Amino acid sequence: MLSFIGRSAVQKIVTLFFVSVVSFLIIYLAPGKPSQVDPLNPKFTPEMVERFRKAFHLDKPLHVQYVYFYKNLFTGQTVSWKDNQSVVKKIWERFLNSLPLFVVGTILTWTLSFPVGIQSAIRRGSIYDRSATFLSYLLISIPGFFFAYILIILVVTRFHVPVIGMETFGLGDAPLPFFVMDRIWHLLIPSVLGATGGIAVLSRYVRSQMLEVEGQDYVRTARAKGLPADQVHYKHALRNALLPFVTMFGLILPGLIGGSVIIESIFSWPGMGRMAYEAILARDYPVILTVNFLSAVLVLAGTFVSDILYMVVDPRIRL
Amino acid sequence: MEDNNDAKLEKPAAPERTLMEEFWRLFKRNRLSILGLIIFVVFLFVALTGLFLTSGTDPLFDPAVVRLQEKLRAPFSSPNLQALHPDEVPTLGIYLFGTDDLGRDVFSRMLQGAWVSLTVGFVAVGISVLIGIFLGGIAGYYGDSYLKVEHVLLSVVMFAGVVLLGVDAHGAGAALLVLGHVYIFTVIILKATGRQPTWKRIALLRRKAVSIDTLIMRLVDIMLCFPSFFLILTVVALLPASIYNIMIVIGLTSWMGAARFVRAELLSLREQDFVTAVKALGIGDFRIIFRHMIPNAIGPVLVSATIGIASAILTEAGLSFLGFGVPPPHATWGNILSDGKRFIFDAPWLTFVPGIAILIVVLSFNLFGEGLRDVLNPKLRERH
Repeated sequence: MLSFIGRSAVQKIVTLFFVSVVSFLIIYLAPGKPSQVDPLNPKFTPEMVERFRKAFHLDKPLHVQYVYFYKNLFTGQTVSWKDNQSVVKKIWERFLNSLPLFVVGTILTWTLSFPVGIQSAIRRGSIYDRSATFLSYLLISIPGFFFAYILIILVVTRFHVPVIGMETFGLGDAPLPFFVMDRIWHLLIPSVLGATGGIAVLSRYVRSQMLEVEGQDYVRTARAKGLPADQVHYKHALRNALLPFVTMFGLILPGLIGGSVIIESIFSWPGMGRMAYEAILARDYPVILTVNFLSAVLVLAGTFVSDILYMVVDPRIRL
Repeated sequence: MEDNNDAKLEKPAAPERTLMEEFWRLFKRNRLSILGLIIFVVFLFVALTGLFLTSGTDPLFDPAVVRLQEKLRAPFSSPNLQALHPDEVPTLGIYLFGTDDLGRDVFSRMLQGAWVSLTVGFVAVGISVLIGIFLGGIAGYYGDSYLKVEHVLLSVVMFAGVVLLGVDAHGAGAALLVLGHVYIFTVIILKATGRQPTWKRIALLRRKAVSIDTLIMRLVDIMLCFPSFFLILTVVALLPASIYNIMIVIGLTSWMGAARFVRAELLSLREQDFVTAVKALGIGDFRIIFRHMIPNAIGPVLVSATIGIASAILTEAGLSFLGFGVPPPHATWGNILSDGKRFIFDAPWLTFVPGIAILIVVLSFNLFGEGLRDVLNPKLRERH
């Protein structure tokens, strides 16, 4: 097990190195120069461009720039080209804004998809199962931005609550319950939107996993010895069907960073996704590269955690 | 006893149905995927006719006619004939899907946008499937052969040369490329004359470095590390706005699934008798892989390609929604919706018409793909 952890850690670090090289190359080889950010700005004189290029080592060869960039990243000194703020601080602020969306979305996904999937599997072929199947296809296929507008129209015309942004503007000294409700309304719709795709996919997966276990011999034995149906479903079948999902906890990790660009820009939510989007528009390379690097780290950490969890929960697996 | 045997022999031993009949029988059982297939055919027809009816200098349905006096008219409303020039009257006599904030006919714009969605889906998935089959095929077939240190060194030199050329260090880049080519030519010439180059005796150069399978699968791992929508957004934002860039970028970032499927299938096919047989016939490796093995491994790729078309259409719609992609006068379903978002309460049809159209098309591809998965599942096939 220790050797597996060691080997896989080395492999992940090598992968990470290549990811950093590739993302750096993609950004820097793309047409256009970062020093041309705002050619129409009269304050942007050639001398300024030159100073800008010097300050951010843009006059050096590419591999030197690469080393400078990742040295700064690891010492936390990277600064945004746009406003000269520390990138790490910027990302951390935006991360705290995105975190509630992520937490509520994940809780919704995991609490809703299990009951739906399990019921579908138990009542296989019933009206319930078929409508759940169709509904989950519908949710996978609906464009997020379209669904967002449907929900906005619905909530705004039915309940007359504002939903855009993180809170209603100018709510300074409103009573506390009102304030809390306001925050909840603002949080709810983007989180539901973020969770829909996850619910649809995960509930299908739960269903197929459950169906597979229900067909096993030991479930038939349990049924044959006269156990009540609930006990067979929830004690014998479900516990075994849960195995692969334990490992999926690791795969949630990448969702921490990134956030959804589209949902956050529709709801003017000042989260990570929006920051990344604005950075792309402004060609703010340090921010883009840092977000990219962090999300690659989280993807790799996620697969690492899920491999280890798999070994811990399933004694048959020895890597 | 004897009679019984004869009766058995009278029936041919071959399967009663051809493979296609069997597929169709299985496919028909799933009513939702039949629905998906029908919608898909209708969409194909609409997109093709839409292309003909809306392009050219004097199209039948002109999506670009601006009628400022007729803006934000509801669906099914008749045009105000007194206010319009005869050329500006919509072809159908009514605004079937209403008009947008510039008075353009949404029906014509939807027709124009259908073609964009269709081509983005097919071209992007085509690219990703081709890359996936190629890399997956090589990884699966040559899985356990090793690259030697000399190969690795050579490709590093060549790659560095290309990169250096790309970043304006022309001298160094050209020198490295020339060096690489000189090496290749000397090896070829020496091979043709039947001599062994002296440096081939250096053991270090001939040491096994990395297996081809590992190399390709690590490449897949690297690609999977990128947050895909964010990566697509970055590249599309940096490149000049064009629909072809979007297709290529979506294709280049979504081949990993196909490569994995093909590799897994080929790893098991490689051990089968028919492969040994074609090898014994002396057929070339590439013909074995792409003519004999890939057709046997195409099932899961087709399923993932169908679902991939659905997600490529969604990605393109998302990009147009954010304002990237096809430059403005041309309509896509994503940018009709994006333009309409300022009027969601006054003109909800600008949101609902393209939104529902995207939903239906994507849904049909997903349902069709699911039906295909059932058809190709050997567990569901009739036993003979």
